[in-house]
Amino acid sequence: MKRNGYFLKITAGLGFLFLYAPIIALIVYSFNRSKLVTVWGGWSLKWYSELFKNAQIIDAAMLSLKIALISATVAVVLGTMAGMALSRFGAFRGRMWMSGFITAPLVMPEVITGLSLLLLFVALEATFGWPAGRGSTTIIIAHSTFCMAYVAVIVQSRLSSMDETLEEAAMDLGAKPSSLFFLVTLPLITPALISGWLLSFTLSLDDLVIASFVSGPGNSTLPMVIFSKVRLGVTPEVNALATIMIAIVALGVVVAMLQLRRKDRISS
Amino acid sequence: MTSTQLIEPCVAATVVTPSPTADSEALADKYAGQTPFVSIQNVSKTFGDFTAVDNVSLDIYQSELFCLLGGSGCGKSTLLRMLAGFEEPSQGKILIDGVDMTGIPPWDRPVNMMFQSYALFPHMNVADNIAFGLKREGVPRDEVKERVAKMLELVQLGHLGKRKPDQLSGGQRQRVALARALIKRPKLLLLDEPLGALDRKLREETQFELINIQESLGVTFVVVTHDQEEAMTLASRIGVMDQGIIVQTDEPHDMYEFPSSRFVAEFIGSVNIFEGIVTEDERDSVRINSREAGCTLAVNHGISCAPHQHVHVALRPEKIRISHSHPDQQENCISGVIEEIAYMGSLSSFRVKLASGKEIRVTRPNTDRRMAERFTWEDKVFLFWDEDSSVVLTS
Repeated sequence: MKRNGYFLKITAGLGFLFLYAPIIALIVYSFNRSKLVTVWGGWSLKWYSELFKNAQIIDAAMLSLKIALISATVAVVLGTMAGMALSRFGAFRGRMWMSGFITAPLVMPEVITGLSLLLLFVALEATFGWPAGRGSTTIIIAHSTFCMAYVAVIVQSRLSSMDETLEEAAMDLGAKPSSLFFLVTLPLITPALISGWLLSFTLSLDDLVIASFVSGPGNSTLPMVIFSKVRLGVTPEVNALATIMIAIVALGVVVAMLQLRRKDRISS
Repeated sequence: MTSTQLIEPCVAATVVTPSPTADSEALADKYAGQTPFVSIQNVSKTFGDFTAVDNVSLDIYQSELFCLLGGSGCGKSTLLRMLAGFEEPSQGKILIDGVDMTGIPPWDRPVNMMFQSYALFPHMNVADNIAFGLKREGVPRDEVKERVAKMLELVQLGHLGKRKPDQLSGGQRQRVALARALIKRPKLLLLDEPLGALDRKLREETQFELINIQESLGVTFVVVTHDQEEAMTLASRIGVMDQGIIVQTDEPHDMYEFPSSRFVAEFIGSVNIFEGIVTEDERDSVRINSREAGCTLAVNHGISCAPHQHVHVALRPEKIRISHSHPDQQENCISGVIEEIAYMGSLSSFRVKLASGKEIRVTRPNTDRRMAERFTWEDKVFLFWDEDSSVVLTS
C-alpha cells in the first residue's frame, strides 16, 4: 500500500492530534510559572511542589488509589466467576437473563447506577445497620459492582475463544475440576484478567458520578476534589496533578501491553 | 486364506439385517474364550431430538487396534467421547475391563485420549505437557522425570523437551500428544482422527509408527476416523458407522471383500453396483438377471436369498478384466465403449459405458511397460470377471 503512504500518514497524524492535543496542552501548562492558567510565564516546577504540600489533594489521591486497588481486585474475582458461568455451564435456566443483567451496567447511565446504589445503601443501613454511614466502603462496593460487568464480558470472550478441548484434555489426564481451573484455565485467561483488572482500576480512579452519590462526608476521592476545585476556577496545581495521573496511567498501559504481548506469544 | 475362512464372514454378511449376534458369531473363532476388554451394551445418546448414537452394542478385545469409521455426523465421535467420559450414555452402559463406567468421571477412568486438535497446553513446555498426567497421580518427582524422558525417546523427541508447543511442527505436536496420552499407561487409548492434521507423506510414516507403538506397548487402541484408507492400514478391526448405528464390524480385508450392505460397499473403496432379480438360487450359487448389466450375473459363494428377490451385486473395479475379444464365458461378461481413461502410474482406470447407459469403472495394473493390449477412447471392449469376484447385497 505504498500508494497511500502520505494519505495514511496524514490521517493518522490528524487522529492523534485530535486525541492528544488537549492533553499535551495540559502537560505543558503544568510547567507554567504564571499563576494565571491561560498566560504563559516561563518554565517552572513550582506547582508540583505546591501540590505535594496540599494535604487535601494528597489524602484524596491516597483514598482513590486504595479504592481503585481494592475494587479492581474484587471486580476481577466476581467478574471471572460470572464470566465462567456464562461461557462454561452451557444452557442453564435463566442464562439469557443473567447474561443481559450482567452487561446492563455497561450501558446504564451512571447517574442511575449511583442513585440506585445510594438508595440500596440507605435501605441496608436502616434494616441491618450495615454499611454504617457512607464512605470508602460504600464506594468500594459500588465500584466493584460496575467494574465487575466489564471483567465478566472480557473473561467471557476470552473463554469462548479458548479451545475447550484443552480443559477436556486436562480432565482426561486426571485433573479434577478444581485443579483443572488453576492449572489450565486460569493461566490461559490471565491476559484477560490483567486487562480486566487494569480497566477496572482506571474506571474506579476516574469515576466521579457514582462516587459522588455513595460517598459520605470526609471521604472525597481525587476526581471529586478536582471537580470541586475546578468549579472555583482552574488552578495550575490541578494541571500538575493531572499530569502526574496521566504519567501513572500511561505507565500502567505500557506495562499491561508488554505483559499481554508476552502472554499472547505463549498462547498463540 | 482358505476357502472356509473366506465364506465364514460372508454368511454373516448376507443376513438381511446384520444383527450383533451375527457379528459375534463371526468373531467367535478369533477371540474364542476371551472376555471383551471394552463392552458397549445397547448404548444410545440423544441430544434433544437428535439421536447421535442409536442402540449400539460392540465388543472390543485386549490389544486390538479398533477403528470406528464413518462420515461426519455418524456418531463415531460421540461414541468415543462416551468412552472417555465426556458424555454419559442416555441409555445402555459401557464396561471397560469389566468395570461399569456409568457415572465415573473422565479423571477417574483408566482411559486416555489423543485429541484431534492435539489440545497441547500452550503455557507449558513439551516435558511439562507430557508430565501433566503423572503429576496429577502424585507420582514422585524423580520417577516423573525418568518416565517423561523415556516417553520422549519413544516418540523420538528427546531433544525437544524444553520447547513450547507453538515452536513445534505439526508432526512433532502429534507425537507430543501421543506421548502425553500414553504416559499414564492407560488400558485403553482413544485417538480422534490421529493423522487428520498431517500432510500425506507424514501420515504414511506416522501410521506405521503408530502401529509399532501400539504393538510394542500392547495397549488397546480405539481410533476414530473418516478416512477409509487410514482405517484400512491402521486397524486390526473396523466398525463402520452410519446415522448412529454400527453397520458392519469386520477385519479390513473382509470389510473390503465382503461388504454386508450397499452403504459399506460404496463407503469403502470404489465399487460398481448392478441391480437385478434372482432367477436361480442353488445351494452354493446364484444367478441374477440384471437389465442394467445386460447379462446374467453368477455368484458362487454362499448366499441366502430367495428367487425373484430384488438384490444388488457389488463388483470392485480391480476384479474386472478388460479385453478387445470376447472371452470364453457367457455369464459375467458385458460389453461397452471406453469413455474415459485415467493413467495413474501404477494402474490405469477406465470408465466404460454399457448399452444400458450404465457406466462401469475398471482398473488395471500397469505391470508391463509396453502393454500387450492397448486401449483407447471409443474402443468397444468386453468386461468379464469370475464367479467369486462379486458379492450379492440384500440390504
